[in-house]
Amino acid sequence: MTVDAGTAPSGPILAADGTPLKVSLRKAQRVRKLRAFALVLPLLAFVLITFILPIVDMLFRSVDNPVVARNLPITLNVLKEWDGTGTPDETAYAAIAKELVEARENKEMGKVATRLNFETSGMRSLIGKSVRKIRRLKEGPYKEALIKIDKRWANTEIWSTIKRIGAPYTHVQYLAALDMKTQPDGSVGMQPEDRQIYGQIFMRTLWISLLVTGFCLLLAYPVSYLLATLPLRYSNLLMVMVLLPFWTSLLVRTTSWIVLLQRNGVVNDLLVWVGIVGEDGRIQMIYNQTGTLVAMTQILLPFMILPLYSVMKTISPSYMRAARSLGAKPATAFVRVYMPQTAAGVGAGCLLVFILSIGYYITPALVGGQSGTMISNFIAYHMKSSLNWSLAAALGTILLAAVLVLYWLYNKIVGIDNMKLG
Amino acid sequence: MALPPYVGPAGRAWHYSFLIFCGLVFLFLIAPILVIIPLSFNAEPYFTFTEGMLAFESDAYSTRWYADIVNNPQWVFSAGNSVIVAVFATLIATVLGTVAALGLSQAHLPYKPAVMGLLISPMIVPLIISAAGMFFFYSKIGLAQTMPGLILAHAVLGTPFVVITVTATLVGFDHSLTRASENLGAGPTRTFFKIQMPLILPGVVSGGLFAFITSFDEVVVVFFLAGFEQRTIPRQMWAGIREQISPTILAVATILVCISIALLTTVELLRRRSERLRGMSPG
Amino acid sequence: MRLPILTGAAVLGLAAFASGPAIAADALTVVSWGGAFTKSQLEAYHKPYTAKYGTKIQSEDYNGGLAEVRAQVETGKITWDVVDVEVSEGVRGCDEGLFEPIDTSSLLPAPDGTPAVDDFIPGSVIECAVATIVWSTVFAYDADVMTGAKPTTLKDFFDVKKFPGKRGLRKTPVVNMEWALIADGVARDDVYDVLSTKAGQDRAFKKLDSIKDHVLWWEAGAQPPQMLADGEVLMTSAYNGRIFNAQATENKNFNIVWDNQLFAFDYYAIVKGTKRKDEALRYLQFATATEQLAAQASWISYGPTRKSSAGMVGKHAISGVDMKPHMPTDPKNFKTALLNNSDFWADNQDELNERFNAWLAK
Repeated sequence: MTVDAGTAPSGPILAADGTPLKVSLRKAQRVRKLRAFALVLPLLAFVLITFILPIVDMLFRSVDNPVVARNLPITLNVLKEWDGTGTPDETAYAAIAKELVEARENKEMGKVATRLNFETSGMRSLIGKSVRKIRRLKEGPYKEALIKIDKRWANTEIWSTIKRIGAPYTHVQYLAALDMKTQPDGSVGMQPEDRQIYGQIFMRTLWISLLVTGFCLLLAYPVSYLLATLPLRYSNLLMVMVLLPFWTSLLVRTTSWIVLLQRNGVVNDLLVWVGIVGEDGRIQMIYNQTGTLVAMTQILLPFMILPLYSVMKTISPSYMRAARSLGAKPATAFVRVYMPQTAAGVGAGCLLVFILSIGYYITPALVGGQSGTMISNFIAYHMKSSLNWSLAAALGTILLAAVLVLYWLYNKIVGIDNMKLG
Repeated sequence: MALPPYVGPAGRAWHYSFLIFCGLVFLFLIAPILVIIPLSFNAEPYFTFTEGMLAFESDAYSTRWYADIVNNPQWVFSAGNSVIVAVFATLIATVLGTVAALGLSQAHLPYKPAVMGLLISPMIVPLIISAAGMFFFYSKIGLAQTMPGLILAHAVLGTPFVVITVTATLVGFDHSLTRASENLGAGPTRTFFKIQMPLILPGVVSGGLFAFITSFDEVVVVFFLAGFEQRTIPRQMWAGIREQISPTILAVATILVCISIALLTTVELLRRRSERLRGMSPG
Repeated sequence: MRLPILTGAAVLGLAAFASGPAIAADALTVVSWGGAFTKSQLEAYHKPYTAKYGTKIQSEDYNGGLAEVRAQVETGKITWDVVDVEVSEGVRGCDEGLFEPIDTSSLLPAPDGTPAVDDFIPGSVIECAVATIVWSTVFAYDADVMTGAKPTTLKDFFDVKKFPGKRGLRKTPVVNMEWALIADGVARDDVYDVLSTKAGQDRAFKKLDSIKDHVLWWEAGAQPPQMLADGEVLMTSAYNGRIFNAQATENKNFNIVWDNQLFAFDYYAIVKGTKRKDEALRYLQFATATEQLAAQASWISYGPTRKSSAGMVGKHAISGVDMKPHMPTDPKNFKTALLNNSDFWADNQDELNERFNAWLAK
């Protein structure tokens, strides 16, 4: 790409092959762009398919609601005409009687009943009981017969639930995730007091994450300062003590905390031996919020120390010396001159620790007891135990949204390029 | 950090309490890891120090839990799974991550922040969400409860670490070196292996080790995605803590700590070598 | 989406290399609750079965619930063949089409020729599952720790003034709701009637409120004996067999309080769509035979579900202790026993779980 300026003193500057330099440069630029992109593309495709798609699929599942729509199409069609007051007419009863029996034969009845029972409890037994009996009915009128089997069939609420849950796409899971529900009259309101749970769990998750972030900062700041100011041969040795936990299995560290903090654990034994507490006064430090806080702080501490250290490492001691020589007291110099320069590290560390702790699952599950569990534990609960997968997906989506906002913030303030490991 | 002679008694007290505080934080970081090592030699089947252990009686200690691991086909089997999954996940993550890092380090890459954000996201998204999403999606396409499924999942979780570490070694990489190589007639492949590779190799290896340990430690995705036949060591440990508690897991934990120490040492040595190669001061 | 991923995987050469060393591809996978209970099944069912038919049994642990089974059936990748379930899961799994229906006439008759239907205790054979054991939730304490007055009734469990200290309870409304009402003075026979009303549920939660701050919640059956041994709790609810196991094999001085024990059955069910259905059925028939049920009772203190097995219960296989006094069904233990009402829980479990979780989170 040598430019022979002598041959074309006027007009566009030409490259060696005769094309104008501008065009040639742009072309080279494009080739480089393409080449850079081609290098990134395999990983990008890999991440999109194996990671992003599953998450999008989960988002979709939080509003996808096929079970009732698939199994009761005729009933739902009839219910379209129903105005939502009193009870629907005979056609609806006849349709549901027929479709429930079919669903039972297809082994789908349990799914329908389960789905409806999540929304209005008692639906499972109502459907199970009714189907067993309608099978013996040869002909109508079904309305009378069903109400005779169980008088709940005359309730408006039963039918409005079926109509509502019959929608193939629904936001009910998001209502549930926010402790709200559709009232019998169709309006949206809060759940009764003794059913409200997720609002509180989300708040607790934020609170625990905030505390963990605060503790980490409190512990990491002095240590990072020490590491950054010590001569290298010492700081390298101490750095190993920061990095070893970082490299040690999460389960190993959580197990250690169980060993340390339990009632007859090492810490309590030590306290009794020293005489701080009596044999009967052993402190409950685990299977509650304290356990979660202690273990998570220790586990996430390296994520705070490393960014702080790398920022402090770049701060020249001459600023402090200058401040001192200008008459500032050590404390003043530290607060007014040193600390502001570490702001970037503090921001990076805090955001990273907060993002990581907000989604914690393993540690709270093992040492958190009931007061130390977080939203991830409830997502796992609905995935594994209650089988309310759409609710799990809705809770997950809300958590994901929170994390993505923080991630965006992190990218804005710190820049992902500056993320460092080890 | 010796104190200058002019510091007064208050400063001195402040300085020593600062050092004590830091000492306690280091203790907090490291003690939980060290405490399980002696406990794994407990002769009793429980998690606490016995009086005999505190008195250093030799019969209070035993290696029975280590024998337990070796004799228990489930642990041996899980160890095999862990290694297979981690090795293949690491290979995929390292190759894809390194190539992508080469692209990311070029200034010309369009939409760089967005691309970077996307590539790092597996590290940021809470594991429970990744695991739930993978559970639904991988089930749909028949990859749930299979080794390839687990390997792909762990590979994608490991890629951010490779991207970050390799990109970091490429910072300050002098691109005139590659141009010089190309001007001298070397093709892009030759240039890569002769010029870039030696310089970024330490980054690639430590990125790979990060990916390895990520997979080797991972339990949430395994929890959702793996069946019994894909059970890994962390999953087995989880079962140990939750389902049938036995001190065998302390013995496993001790072994894992030893592996961590080995990996950490390797990464540290590599990091120093890399910094020396790139002419940066170590530290 | 199927194509790119599969080809992608193939290109990476994964499928060929990484299928992993399957433990035994043709083995029958039987899933149960782990610990001493799985051990008893291993000794009484798995080993003799393998000896007789040659098929290896792969034993796997889980913590109850239908999540895994549902995932396997919905995705068609079935790796479990036989699962040990509680009654509510047995009923629900059957309704949802997760388990194979079992023809009761295919079960083996008693040695004296009594057909299986008449030999099994009522309630122990349901549409898709056959019960193997009678087990019971009781509460227990460590007599080495509790040196003063000892608790003898369920009321004592709820009395934190008389017996100050932590309690362990399973993290579920089941059993806890019933116990709370009984401790609050509801007659045993009325418990489920009271619990069916909103007022009754409020009353149960109010009673649980009185000990809530003193409770550690457990989830796996192996946890309660561990919590007692570690001194983590003063007394805890537990499955009676687990406590027996700690007494008999680990020389623990644990005491069981049988007052108001809540007993239930545990069932074997066959996962719908398993490729080894015939093998699974043969295993189930084998395991629920008179002799095997009696054999299991010599490994753990859970009662057999066949009348014909009851007389064959003998001594503990490890410690040689006579098993009869440790069975939930022993007359001395059974005086105040209450049967877990599976119909009630099938109807109300979702709702009470939600409320229980909300209550826990408060």
